[in-house]
Amino acid sequence: MVNTSVTLCGIKLDNPLIPASGTFGYGKEFSELYDINCLGTFSFKGTTLESRFGNPTPRIAECTAGMINAVGLQNPGVKAVVEKELPQMKSFFHKPVMANICGFSIEEYTEVSRILDKEEQVGWLEINVSCPNVHGGGMSFGVTPEGAASVVRAVKAVTTKPVIIKLSPNVTDIVSIAKACENEGADAISMINTMLGMRIDLKTKKPVIANKMGGFSGPAIMPVALRMVYQVYNAVKIPIIGMGGVSSAEDVIEMMLAGATAVEIGSANLVDPFICRDIINDLPRVMEKYKINNLNDIIGGAH
Amino acid sequence: MKEVIFTIEQNIALTENVYKMVMSGDTSAITGSGQFVNIKLDSQYLRRPISICDYDENTLTIIYKSVGVGTEKMTKMSAGEKLNILVGLGNGYELSLSGDAPVLVGGGVGVPPLYKLCKLLKAQGKKVTVILGFNTANEVFYEDEFKAIADKVIITTVDGSYGVKGFVTNALDIEYTYVYSCGPFPMLKALSAATHTSGQYSLEERMGCGFGACMGCSCKTMLGNKRICKDGPVFVKEEIIW
Repeated sequence: MVNTSVTLCGIKLDNPLIPASGTFGYGKEFSELYDINCLGTFSFKGTTLESRFGNPTPRIAECTAGMINAVGLQNPGVKAVVEKELPQMKSFFHKPVMANICGFSIEEYTEVSRILDKEEQVGWLEINVSCPNVHGGGMSFGVTPEGAASVVRAVKAVTTKPVIIKLSPNVTDIVSIAKACENEGADAISMINTMLGMRIDLKTKKPVIANKMGGFSGPAIMPVALRMVYQVYNAVKIPIIGMGGVSSAEDVIEMMLAGATAVEIGSANLVDPFICRDIINDLPRVMEKYKINNLNDIIGGAH
Repeated sequence: MKEVIFTIEQNIALTENVYKMVMSGDTSAITGSGQFVNIKLDSQYLRRPISICDYDENTLTIIYKSVGVGTEKMTKMSAGEKLNILVGLGNGYELSLSGDAPVLVGGGVGVPPLYKLCKLLKAQGKKVTVILGFNTANEVFYEDEFKAIADKVIITTVDGSYGVKGFVTNALDIEYTYVYSCGPFPMLKALSAATHTSGQYSLEERMGCGFGACMGCSCKTMLGNKRICKDGPVFVKEEIIW
């Protein structure tokens, strides 16, 4: 019998599988398809202080082995999440859930974090620093070590829950940003968010997406994600949640060998709604095939 | 929603770039007309959302237009090939509001979902008028199929090469109690303004997942933000922001 359980910031996961924020809503749609308690946990839809409609449509474009989205953080706002989504979630998900938090200012990050810190169901705060920083002229907090560190510092001051900082790959040196976050007390790093990309429609000769550019995700970006996880693992001691195009049990193991303690699955959920369940079921078979008895033994094993 | 492997029984051209595909498989997840399916193709990353034209216990019929690389590949598929399809997606047309004499108005590839709707309304004994709008004569499809089930069928073409010249709104000189429609948004908007009753209108948008998870196809409505795939694609007239 193989061991698939891992520990993320002191909380035990039955397996390292975590559906990524923005691809799993608040879990409801998937709970109607299968018992989502088989998951390690899931990261719910990125939540801001106020409700947001997001960007104009079209928001989706297809690519070779991937997709681009420019949803623009559509969410009902933290108040509705606390009053409606979390109570509803209690009926179908009985494990600690990961709260994904977005903000356009330090004050917004801290306020949303302070509110979700009080929620018993929430196990971790995953802080997305890819939103444009309104005070920094629209650049995202996540593109500089100082910007990312300032968010970690502010959030750590208002919560006792583990703080996971979700990093953008659209930077010159992700390693220095990860180190800056670790120095400010981040409990873990999740990476990578989507890569900035675009498509142009040959018929209209204009960008497919109304917002022109969007986040590129899917199997095409996995080698980039894997490389970045590998580099950051060398530089930090805190755990890493690896993500970027993961679509199979083999991909999960590859990501863990690069240095991930847990693995998020994003776009694949949108194409195959049963994929997380199927990977969890397939994981023991693939572990046996590659003579892995305990997943904890392979974290960073490629180094 | 259910994930089902369908077997292609027939895949034929109806016009130069509109095709009809009949498949066999488990259709039990389909709850009514106006719903859609989401088709996985080996070569494409995202699924292709296509409206349901007709179904019975183990047959599914779709009519699709070859508009890009995915649907182009579908046109090359033959009987016996298999497709992984998510079935039973979205909320379809609500029959109970139709009154005695509903009018069904379709434009281009918005025509197919009205076919099963027409059958269901006729089964309830309604007097059904169908208006189908196309650009030109050689784009017209399913006229005979609708004539076999509806009380009256009117075809309109923009260039006047067949049927009534002009838009579907040029053919509204009829008695009707309710409107059901599917087609491009400008047509729906014109129809909504030109009709005196309430109605149900099917909207479309580029989709990510098709089952409500990704927020790719959201729209604003009078009742707040809605996902076209999960909360729609059919919305009532009064709910839509025209």
